[in-house]
Amino acid sequence: MLRDITLGQYYPVDSVLHRLDPRTKLFGTLVYIVTLFIADHILAYIAAAVFLTAAIRLSRVPVKFMVRGLKAVVFLLLISVSFNLFLTPGRPIFTIGFLKMTWEGVEIAAFMSIRLVFLVMGSTLLTLTTTPNQLTDGLERSLGFLKKVGVPVHEVSMMMSIALRFIPILVEETDKIMKAQMARGADFESGNLIQRAKAMVPLLVPLFISAFRRATDLAMAMEARCYRGGEGRTKMKPLHYERRDRMTYLVYLLYFALCVAIRFL
Amino acid sequence: MGIIKAVNLIFDYIRHDDEENKDEINHALRGVSLDIAEGSFVAVLGHNGSGKSTLAKLMNGILLPTEGTIYISNMSTSDEEHLWNVRKTAGMVFQNPDNQIIGNVVEEDVGFGPENMGVPTKEIWERVDESLEAVGMTAYRLQSPNKLSGGQKQRVAIAGVMAMKPRCIVLDEPTAMLDPNGRREVIRTVRELNRQEGITVLLITHYMEEVIDADRVVVMDGGHVVMDGTPKEVFSHVKELKQYSLDVPQVTELADELRAEGLALPEGILTIDELADSLAGILNGEKAWQSK
Amino acid sequence: MAIEVKHLDHRYGEGTIFEQYALKNVTLTIADGEFIGLIGHTGSGKSTLTQHLNGLLKATSGDILYNGESIYAEGYSMKELRGRVGLVFQYPEHQLFETDVFTDVCFGPKNLGLSEEEIKRRAAEALALVGLDESFYKQSPFELSGGQKRRAAIAGVLAMKPEVLILDEPTAGLDPRGRDDILGLVARLHEEQGMTVILVSHSMEDVARYVSRLVVMNRGEKVFDGTPREVFRHYKQLEKMGLAAPQITYVVHALRERGIAIDEDIMTVEEARDAILALWRKNA
Repeated sequence: MLRDITLGQYYPVDSVLHRLDPRTKLFGTLVYIVTLFIADHILAYIAAAVFLTAAIRLSRVPVKFMVRGLKAVVFLLLISVSFNLFLTPGRPIFTIGFLKMTWEGVEIAAFMSIRLVFLVMGSTLLTLTTTPNQLTDGLERSLGFLKKVGVPVHEVSMMMSIALRFIPILVEETDKIMKAQMARGADFESGNLIQRAKAMVPLLVPLFISAFRRATDLAMAMEARCYRGGEGRTKMKPLHYERRDRMTYLVYLLYFALCVAIRFL
Repeated sequence: MGIIKAVNLIFDYIRHDDEENKDEINHALRGVSLDIAEGSFVAVLGHNGSGKSTLAKLMNGILLPTEGTIYISNMSTSDEEHLWNVRKTAGMVFQNPDNQIIGNVVEEDVGFGPENMGVPTKEIWERVDESLEAVGMTAYRLQSPNKLSGGQKQRVAIAGVMAMKPRCIVLDEPTAMLDPNGRREVIRTVRELNRQEGITVLLITHYMEEVIDADRVVVMDGGHVVMDGTPKEVFSHVKELKQYSLDVPQVTELADELRAEGLALPEGILTIDELADSLAGILNGEKAWQSK
Repeated sequence: MAIEVKHLDHRYGEGTIFEQYALKNVTLTIADGEFIGLIGHTGSGKSTLTQHLNGLLKATSGDILYNGESIYAEGYSMKELRGRVGLVFQYPEHQLFETDVFTDVCFGPKNLGLSEEEIKRRAAEALALVGLDESFYKQSPFELSGGQKRRAAIAGVLAMKPEVLILDEPTAGLDPRGRDDILGLVARLHEEQGMTVILVSHSMEDVARYVSRLVVMNRGEKVFDGTPREVFRHYKQLEKMGLAAPQITYVVHALRERGIAIDEDIMTVEEARDAILALWRKNA
């Protein structure tokens, strides 16, 4: 179901990971992603697994929530696995018509899947332990230098934050409109591609109208609460690094060094 | 002069056609004057299209009057330089609970107003704590607004306004989309804020049960104020209220019909106990008299 | 014997610690031509139940029979069922999407695969039923007033000519006039068209006036099922569920507490007026 999407869903518990500065977590996720991409040895994957497991344990978020995030990428995973399995040249295991499964393919597919699963779990962990507001705050601060070249960093991060707030609402609304149209005999599931695309009109038009109405309402509510852009705004939760953040950066350094070392082993 | 003073307000919604000519003019307000005393609880009643929501939006400068002036604590909303002070003084709560919560966590949403006003961090926290306490939502401060019921969302919205330390709160049909539980919850909260914190409340609604405890009821119809008085005064005119397509509480309606048949009931009965006591007096009293 | 609901369960998150009953062992028989009020506060399962009746949600266990046939039987056409059991959602105007009212109302019958002529006939009929005349046909549904939009949306379901009409909180967000319009319309559909109507609401006062039977849901279970009078006798339990009987019920009980012998089953203003006047005249 649409409601199972966990990306962007904060899991409210108090843990070391929750208390870290969002910039620390953003940077950590970045480091982690880089190490996944430079990994070419089983040891590097083990290191990444240890790093991820440690982070998950520290976060006190049930593993189930992370696994749920994976559902969203199952399709992607299947495609990339099948491509790798059958399209990698090398020693064949068996052949069906023009498709040939190879040992090399199996290896690449296995590592690709691990990489993708780790990647999704890592970034899901970031969103589970960081409120969207902290996340956008972190981005706003980390990318603050872009303001100098005219990028509206505050506005963009405000937009992201609002988008995150309204995604679950619009998902629920989609579900409702879909059901309402199905009650009028609409069929979203059968027919060819063109028929299906046409069947989406009764869903998309009301959804857009509702989104516009919400946007107007929200703009009015924000204005009524004295919002006038980023100028002169203070923060309820200003960002500042603590000792634990500095320690975490040290852990990143060690982990990164290890991964680089494995790479050149 | 009261905290809110409207002088001969006129507001027209103008729709333009494709050639930018005035196509349709809708007179939402046709000369409304009101003076609202600080610390009072005023309810504005009217059916849809009576102009009550337009009036609300004029109160904190979301809309500006076509003609006439509205003063919030002596500041005209039409005066550009006062706009932000007006919005700080008269906070606003809207109808749709989902479309006015900006934050992804309850406490962050409550902090949104003070952040915009440039309040120092430490004070933001104090204000957020106090406001959440005042609406009884402290236990939910770390929750996502999406997990709350409609009534709870409205209470968060009220806390968000309270954190701006307004002197007056304007609520534009805050209960229209709620179930009876949520409605009671919101009205109770608003009443407490009025009594305990002394905040002036302007409640716009079409639910009669919500206005019984107000200090003053203003009825609008066709862009005019047509009735204005205490709930007792206003509700003693059952026929007139019905004419403005408004409901009357069943108790009041029953009392009115009985009076029409000659029972000596007082005017403007609003509560069950009031009616039951008066009726018991009449029915039992006469029985006692008869048995003599 | 239009609809039989048998031991219906609907569970979310089955097999996890989050397992939750949205519906629990609900059994209900709805006869042809009945006018039923389905009452419960938000989250009581009343909306979930209605979505089962036209197959939008599937029960975890239990069965639903429509005219004696299980809707869960192999090969049962859900599309046909949805044509026969019309469901008007809460805020139905949010589903309007066409450029004009008439075309929007045609959407339902068109999905039923009817002939062009029949589609138009039904749309015109449905619009007449809800009181929107030809001057509205070519208007954009988004330009109508709130009450008109809602009526256009209800016409969209009526155009499918359902035998059973379910309305989920049809008066939500309307002012007293809009509310009376819609409730009057529903009552007319029941009387004149002979439709079986299920009115979902959390307002006892609205429903008591119209329906002949009340079904009260609480926490996914059916707790009361009877005539409004029978149900309102439990006004104290209703209150615990976050519901309330009409104000008149309270007035009657308050009078009885004060030693006035008035019939406890009275629930409308008119009945109360007549009973009190009778007592008064007897005394005088």
